[in-house]
Amino acid sequence: MLLEAKGIQKSYGENQILKGIDLTLEEGKVLVIIGPSGSGKTTLLRSLNLLEIPEQGTLELDGDRIDYSRRLTKREIQNMRRKSAMVFQSHNLFPHKTVLENVVEGPIIVQKINREQAVKEAQQILNDVGLSDYQDHYPFQLSGGQQQRVGIARAVALKPKLLLFDEPTSALDPELVSDVLKVMKDLAAKGWTMVVVTHELKFAADVADKVLFVDQGTVLEEGTPEEVFQHPQHERTRQFLSKVLKQI
Amino acid sequence: MTPLVFGQITIDWPLAVHSFWPILQGGLIYTIPLTIISFVFGLTLAMVLAIMRLSKVKFIQTIARIYISIIRGTPLLVQLAIIFYGLPDLTIEVSPFVGAVIALSMNVGGYAAETIRASILSVPKGQWEAGYTIGMNDAQVMRRIILPQAARVSIPPLSNEFISLVKDTSLASTITVTELFRRAQEITATSYDFLLLYSEAALIYWIFCFVLSIIQGRIESRLDRYVTTH
Repeated sequence: MLLEAKGIQKSYGENQILKGIDLTLEEGKVLVIIGPSGSGKTTLLRSLNLLEIPEQGTLELDGDRIDYSRRLTKREIQNMRRKSAMVFQSHNLFPHKTVLENVVEGPIIVQKINREQAVKEAQQILNDVGLSDYQDHYPFQLSGGQQQRVGIARAVALKPKLLLFDEPTSALDPELVSDVLKVMKDLAAKGWTMVVVTHELKFAADVADKVLFVDQGTVLEEGTPEEVFQHPQHERTRQFLSKVLKQI
Repeated sequence: MTPLVFGQITIDWPLAVHSFWPILQGGLIYTIPLTIISFVFGLTLAMVLAIMRLSKVKFIQTIARIYISIIRGTPLLVQLAIIFYGLPDLTIEVSPFVGAVIALSMNVGGYAAETIRASILSVPKGQWEAGYTIGMNDAQVMRRIILPQAARVSIPPLSNEFISLVKDTSLASTITVTELFRRAQEITATSYDFLLLYSEAALIYWIFCFVLSIIQGRIESRLDRYVTTH
């Protein structure tokens, strides 16, 4: 297993967001997490990148293991965090850097790769996401879909073991969604290990190896897209699926 | 030249012309260096104080808070007097110029700290997270992601503080620094033409500040290049 999380619990004050969640993922596979808003799926994803630190649970990623209930040092957090990279719903590109600078920032500053090589690799990645003509643009000059593809390129450039996507298309105009999903499909086809929080059920059905339905901080369903979408075990899942499908 | 007469007021043109250079010289030799040096030290101090104010350690926060409170709660004129006339009692003696630099730097530090702190806080939280997710540590995120964006926000208020500082240097005249205003004072001691000489001093201050505000505009539009298309 590349990724194994066990018993993850997280609260904000009185409010328990995650009530003991387990998940596993093999290398090269795609896990899609679905669920109603407020179900805790984003918090779960952010826990994997340690942007949230749960109170309980363990995380094993690429051979390293941390116990969230212990007080983690900055070094431990950073070490674990560098195994994955996050694509945010609101992209969070660096507005003061060009597209190319956004993508090479991590490799050059954090991974200490020499500039020439980092630029060459970044240009290749930008080409893959269809943005080779935009490398000298600033983020504000791009459309939402282009910005999100830069966000993906920035994550990919780090060559993480695991790519995390937090509702990457939710903030986009409908006509821009497909470009972003296509890039994500390409990454899945290339063998990247991915965890994707999304409402795009079609994407989940096409790309996911495994689907998790999270509701009120627990995993209600887990299985292949076929199992979860065609033969859900819980009424809650059926309700959610019919609601989301009605929107489409 | 014959004196021009406006009712009771006479403008002594020869005096105006002869005094202009000495007064301007005071500005060039003392006012401008005093401003620039104090601002550089002051900003450095302000940066340290701002980061202390943002620290998670309560004690460090409190030290910065008290410092800022004292600086903002006491007159600059009194601060100057303490540094220049008071410190010798502790057997610390400084030249008038150095004394002025110390007092002005400490003053700028206190004021600019709050400006810098606010501009750091104005950068969205998502920028910190984006920095963390590409593997940066706190210092790297601060230096490469947050501060460049905070700089853009803080240029207008910091420019105001810089322009205020130009004028505040006139207080150094009270501790015998022969800067712009003191030069004008010295000339009035023999000519008694207060209106003319002090107006001249005012004119030179105004020219300095006018040039600065033009430079400020240039810097602002340069830092705006990533948010607008002009």
